[in-house]
Amino acid sequence: MKGSRWRLPLRYGVLAYLALLVVVPVGAVFYHAFSPGLGKAWDAFTTPDGLHALVLTLLVVAVAVPLNTVFGVGVSLILARQRFPGAWLLDALIDIPLAVSPVIIGLSLILVYGHTGWWGNWLAARGITVIFSVPGIIMASAAVSLPYVVREVLPVLQEIGTEQEQAARTLGAGPITVFRRITLPSIRRGLAYGVTLTTARVLGEFGAVSVVSGAIAGKTQTYTIFISQSIDNLEPQAAYVGAVVLCLAALIVLSLLTLTDRNRDAWHGKVAT
Amino acid sequence: MSIEVESISKRFGDAVALDDVSLEVPSGSLTALLGPSGGGKSTLLRIIAGLDSADSGIVRIEGADLTNTPARSRGVGFCFQHYAPFRHLTVRRNVAFGLEIRHRPKAEIKARVDELLELVGLAHLGERYPSQLSGGQRQRMALARALAIEPKVLLLDEPFGALDAQVRTQLRLWLRDLHATLPVTTVLVTHDQEEAMEVADRLAIVNHGRLEQVGAPADMYDHPANEFVLTFLGSATRLGGQWVRPHDLVVHPVADGKPSATAVEGTVARVTHLGFEVKVDVDLADDEACWVQLSRGSAAELGLQAGQRVWVARADAADTPDHRHPILSA
Repeated sequence: MKGSRWRLPLRYGVLAYLALLVVVPVGAVFYHAFSPGLGKAWDAFTTPDGLHALVLTLLVVAVAVPLNTVFGVGVSLILARQRFPGAWLLDALIDIPLAVSPVIIGLSLILVYGHTGWWGNWLAARGITVIFSVPGIIMASAAVSLPYVVREVLPVLQEIGTEQEQAARTLGAGPITVFRRITLPSIRRGLAYGVTLTTARVLGEFGAVSVVSGAIAGKTQTYTIFISQSIDNLEPQAAYVGAVVLCLAALIVLSLLTLTDRNRDAWHGKVAT
Repeated sequence: MSIEVESISKRFGDAVALDDVSLEVPSGSLTALLGPSGGGKSTLLRIIAGLDSADSGIVRIEGADLTNTPARSRGVGFCFQHYAPFRHLTVRRNVAFGLEIRHRPKAEIKARVDELLELVGLAHLGERYPSQLSGGQRQRMALARALAIEPKVLLLDEPFGALDAQVRTQLRLWLRDLHATLPVTTVLVTHDQEEAMEVADRLAIVNHGRLEQVGAPADMYDHPANEFVLTFLGSATRLGGQWVRPHDLVVHPVADGKPSATAVEGTVARVTHLGFEVKVDVDLADDEACWVQLSRGSAAELGLQAGQRVWVARADAADTPDHRHPILSA
């Protein structure tokens, strides 16, 4: 920027903004988590309810993220490669979870799958409980995190076009080989980013899950709900430590993304001079 | 015959891309599908490759009916106009692709890829990624990749279309040489008549979804089947109600007398110098006009100027009577 008069104020302004909104509050959480001592922090971390909630959250991640990855790639392929009436509608539907509040997503799930919901009785007769149970939590988490893979992968698919896939076909590749050897490597970066966002969203989801989970400690309490209830129960130490754990989990996911990115840099590289 | 196409028709919605096209491509030939953009030639090529399917008609390659065979089983090498390089693979892995998915032994793949990279002059660039290559290098990589599977036929869609003029000329000659060393039956699509005549030993002219004429370039230039082929294959002008090539016309000063029975009198409208050749526009009677292509030397000899009265005659009529006939009656 030419006007160096604005350079420093702009830089410090941005930093101050970040500090006020993110760095200081998150720092405060870390400070409070560890200030009573590492032993106390460990004790707060290893309560049975806390560990159960953490395991439940990881289980939800382990189911919802792969589901949304497969679904997201599938929908992206359909939207990018096929022409059919109503494609625009599908495209718009994907964005609903981004547009409406997670609480509404949770409520709508209850209306369909709850005891008095449309399909609740039918499911209950077969011994399947969705709401106030783990399946409901997974469904709510999958619903709110559904758009991320599509929104990252679809533009990449549209940009790379179909010529590479056609070339692979003329060279003798069947549909699975084409997908595995051409399509997947081409969308890998976008896919990794989409999966990362999905994971972060599922890890941190609160609104939709708190509506459908019932929040029964040791049963249907996810980690975010555990943190929230720890504060309500005047056990702030458990909440602080829980928050730190979630932060670390998100950091791990982000570092994995950076690692995959670095490996892919070569072929996004510069044109020879 | 290496490729036989029989009564192929194809529509895209209301638009007719191909209308009952039949074509035979002899083994070992280098045939150009030539015609204006949007005429259907690329569609025909893609139908031969199995990348598009025809609404009706039959495609045979080496005698086998492949009309309903998927692209991957046709044994056809296809090069795309923009080369379609696999961007995440090195040049070497691009070329090796067809062999790798066939699970050929590693040593065999390596030997074959080395040989092909040598052939296309990319031996030193095997570890590069396509983004690090020039357009001409990408084109040659795409050719090597297509040749790796030892295709029965090689199909090239506008192979030089995306290159700048100089590289294009080099690659044309290179492709000719390559075809001489490796006589795979080749069909290339181009809208450039000069390119087609320079590279191909056979031309198939496609226009508005129909095949206009098939034959050897020189033959078609002299004996075009219709007005479209005549005008598309080179410059043409009309004299005395007949189409002629402008370089088959001569100009005489009016003072010299009528040079031949079919000569027409006119007024020089404009003399344009285009380097070696000189273009002379002549206004004829009855609002007609023609133009004559002269060499620089003969134009200088005549000392032509705008406004001058001249005779325009067919060169053959003056020099070697009855040697040739008007190429096409209008």
